[in-house]
Amino acid sequence: MIELEGLTKRFGAKTAVDHLSFQVRPGVVTGFLGPNGAGKSTTMRMMLDLDNPTSGTVRIDGKHYRDLPEPLKHIGALLDAKAMNGGRSAYNNLLCLAQSNRIPERRVAEVLDLVGLTPVAKKKSKGFSLGMGQRLGIASALLGDPEILMFDEPVNGLDPEGILWIRNLMKGLAAEGRTIFVSSHLMSEMALTADHLIVIGQGKLLADMSMADFIHENSRSYVRLRSPQQERLKDVLHEAGIDAISVPATGALEIDGVAAERLGELAAQHQIVLHELSPQRASLEEAFMRMTADSVEYHAHAPGAPGLPAGPGAADNPVRPADVPAWGAGYEATRKGGE
Amino acid sequence: MSSFPAVLRSEWTKIRTVASTTWTLVAALVVTVGVSAGLCAVFNATFNDMPKEQQVTFDPTLASFAGMTLGQLAMIVFGVLVVGTEYSSGMIRTSLAAVPRRGSFLAGKLIVATGLALVVGLVTSFLSFFLGQAILGDRSIGIDEPNVLRAVIGAGLYMAMIALFSMGVATILRSSMLSLGILMPFFFLVSTILGAVSATRKVAQYFPDQAGSKIMQVVPGAMDSGEAPYGPWGGFGIMALWVLAAVLGGYLVLRKRDA
Amino acid sequence: MIEAVGLTKRYGAKTAVDQLSFQVRPGHVTGFLGPNGSGKSTTMRMILGLDRPTAGSVTINGLPFRQLPNAQRHVGALLDAKAVHGGRRARRHLLSLAQLSGIPEKRVDEVLAVVGLQDVSGQRTKGFSLGMGQRLGIAAALLGDPQVLLFDEPVNGLDPEGILWVRTLMRRLAAEGRTVFVSSHLMSEMALTADHLIVIGRGRLLADMGTQEFIAHNSAGFARVRAADNDHGGRDALGEALTKAGGRVLQEPEGTLRVTGLDLPRISDLAHEAGVRLWELSPHRASLEEAYMRMTQADVEYTSTEDPRAELWEPQPLTVPAWEDELRAPEVPRDSFFAPPPPGAGGQSFLMPSDPGQLAGTDRNTAQDTREDTR
Repeated sequence: MIELEGLTKRFGAKTAVDHLSFQVRPGVVTGFLGPNGAGKSTTMRMMLDLDNPTSGTVRIDGKHYRDLPEPLKHIGALLDAKAMNGGRSAYNNLLCLAQSNRIPERRVAEVLDLVGLTPVAKKKSKGFSLGMGQRLGIASALLGDPEILMFDEPVNGLDPEGILWIRNLMKGLAAEGRTIFVSSHLMSEMALTADHLIVIGQGKLLADMSMADFIHENSRSYVRLRSPQQERLKDVLHEAGIDAISVPATGALEIDGVAAERLGELAAQHQIVLHELSPQRASLEEAFMRMTADSVEYHAHAPGAPGLPAGPGAADNPVRPADVPAWGAGYEATRKGGE
Repeated sequence: MSSFPAVLRSEWTKIRTVASTTWTLVAALVVTVGVSAGLCAVFNATFNDMPKEQQVTFDPTLASFAGMTLGQLAMIVFGVLVVGTEYSSGMIRTSLAAVPRRGSFLAGKLIVATGLALVVGLVTSFLSFFLGQAILGDRSIGIDEPNVLRAVIGAGLYMAMIALFSMGVATILRSSMLSLGILMPFFFLVSTILGAVSATRKVAQYFPDQAGSKIMQVVPGAMDSGEAPYGPWGGFGIMALWVLAAVLGGYLVLRKRDA
Repeated sequence: MIEAVGLTKRYGAKTAVDQLSFQVRPGHVTGFLGPNGSGKSTTMRMILGLDRPTAGSVTINGLPFRQLPNAQRHVGALLDAKAVHGGRRARRHLLSLAQLSGIPEKRVDEVLAVVGLQDVSGQRTKGFSLGMGQRLGIAAALLGDPQVLLFDEPVNGLDPEGILWVRTLMRRLAAEGRTVFVSSHLMSEMALTADHLIVIGRGRLLADMGTQEFIAHNSAGFARVRAADNDHGGRDALGEALTKAGGRVLQEPEGTLRVTGLDLPRISDLAHEAGVRLWELSPHRASLEEAYMRMTQADVEYTSTEDPRAELWEPQPLTVPAWEDELRAPEVPRDSFFAPPPPGAGGQSFLMPSDPGQLAGTDRNTAQDTREDTR
């Protein structure tokens, strides 16, 4: 369990983290989201007592980090894949960490084996690729078999198998009752990993809720219907006062704001055969973009809120040519002008 | 509070598992012993051509440490790298996450590194002394003469203190490059030049290396170096104050600043 | 258009790229996938004339890269975000590139605006974050307004807004009729970006097909079916009917059924016959990741006898329902989803293969790996 209370960090006149209070609970994977410059890294560094807060406190299992007798046994962190001495072998880098917290030496070989670095354990970590460095960082986080784990962009540099592995590792650790706190910029990856979300923007807490609630609150969901008796279905819906949108491209009907249960009952009542009755959820990315639209620091080119493609027909069609003016709005304007 | 012996063990592992430790310490030893022996041979060959004052104040003990001016540079590199690589590699964040008490962390690192520097320093000083005396032949001095043993052990202490001073400076500056860029010219050029010019000698004699190196002299004002207003241990005390200031400064920076 | 014919690269005894032939067509975003060490980067480097093929050839618009007149105007590439001299200022870096190929200075400011770096264009790139370096790399790739664009892990280090922007940009460039070739390790991102895929493993071509086709080809989708909650026994009746009709049924924790082997209209009919009202009947495509894992399974260089990924598939506990047990006693439905191991099986908290190189992809040849990943 990690508890933040009124955590604040100022760099000169700039407030990077502004009265942040939240708890990271055990047993679930908690995702930590925010645009660049939102204060995510600073917050994570203050959690590990690497940066001194201007005010406020962080408690790890009820204690201040500096008062933990052997911190690696309580909390393991992957902050930066390069936070190791390149001139030292992977094994020795972990060994000196283990020794400082009285972790038995055999654990070093164990975690190296776990992350698949045993074959290069004696090699200097200088020659490691980003993915290998990442694995070494993960190994160091797991070293003390801690109850709390923090990962900053864990899939950086990993290949697809590594990504799948770390995702399942995090879920497995959470299922064992550990506290898992992950930050990432990859919304699609986060959607697969996290159960709970903490979102910050410009140093302030924007959301602290479950993944499902977050997506639900920040985007529209709808139900897609498909039937061989499309016309009758339309009539029935019309009679019931339900608005349906026809999507000619897919031949389906899309309905906003009515539960799938009710539509199912309605169809059964009128003896209409349904070939599809599927509730559609918007993506985490979409929900995130909506929520943080106002708090992105450098909206150089976004005039107003980004015009996100949402609602019926958009969310389930992943290969759409979306038109989102973000930090490339200027580019698009230039292009259009030139053509 | 992490157990302090564990921190020491960890720091020992850190220091013995990087290549720079070996090459800087070997360089300190080889350069000091080698250059000292060479210079002793030169002194021996040209003794009769030296000015009268230098002949009178010739200090065979100090002569056998003549290479330390160069050898100490390797010690400085050792001291700077021990601390500096933590910052340049980013390891410092991992290290402080493991040992969050800044005092324990710094003390562990400095004790282990200084201890190692002291052992190498003592080996260097004894080797240098005996090889130098062997080369000096008739003009040599025995280790059992008054003050000689103090000077030889002092030379080892001096090297350890130089290393510790460098570690303190590197902790303040948090960068190997910056620390080396300041320490190397200072010890190799600035201090030597200011110490040689009589007008500035009054200030330069309080510099850590100039004050500290008095402990290696057996003959006061040896080699026409002029009288100092402090004795060998007094000089060493001045150096110790410098070192204390550097280490204390390093500790305050480490405590105060974000890692 | 990029065209590789019998492209081969050997380093000593090791064949990094083996008789690779493919075309990257204009108008599409083509994804380039493969495990670490499969030869992706080597192929990219050969396309750009940085490495010389041992045999075969690769051409861009009909000419090898080195023979392209004014290559910058034809091909733009983002290979390594850090391949910029750190002491240079961003604008000057682009300007020097522009001057090399006679691109007007005006275009430099244009591309800087495109990637949103105009405010920091006077700063030295040394202080740039990974994301900023990535944007500068993209700016350099766009400089010559090229018809062919290559991106290697373009979203590395970008924040969500940047990721969305890059994806939109690539799709737009393709829509303009350009050839866009992207390599990435992020399957979920690739699924959203690429409409065509080229997959290689151990230097050989494994697949060259549309993304949807690839997913359909390499994994089975399933239908999610939920019987009305207020209809007690409805779920069991439905499950039994579906199983009898040849479907394979697994149960999700909340009671929803996952059905494979039957299409949606058939499930609808069966439910109707069984008199079960449905509250959900939705098709689910498998993920690109799943399809990719299945395809490359055999091509990861080290495979232990026991497939470690079997355990990694489904973290949530799916159960084989009672009716399934009776009808189909011990068979484990291997080719749809794998049953998960009991939590904490064998006292091990999480699973890694006995041969760690399997997932690490690190014990093949370190030199090779470093080359593969130094981007």
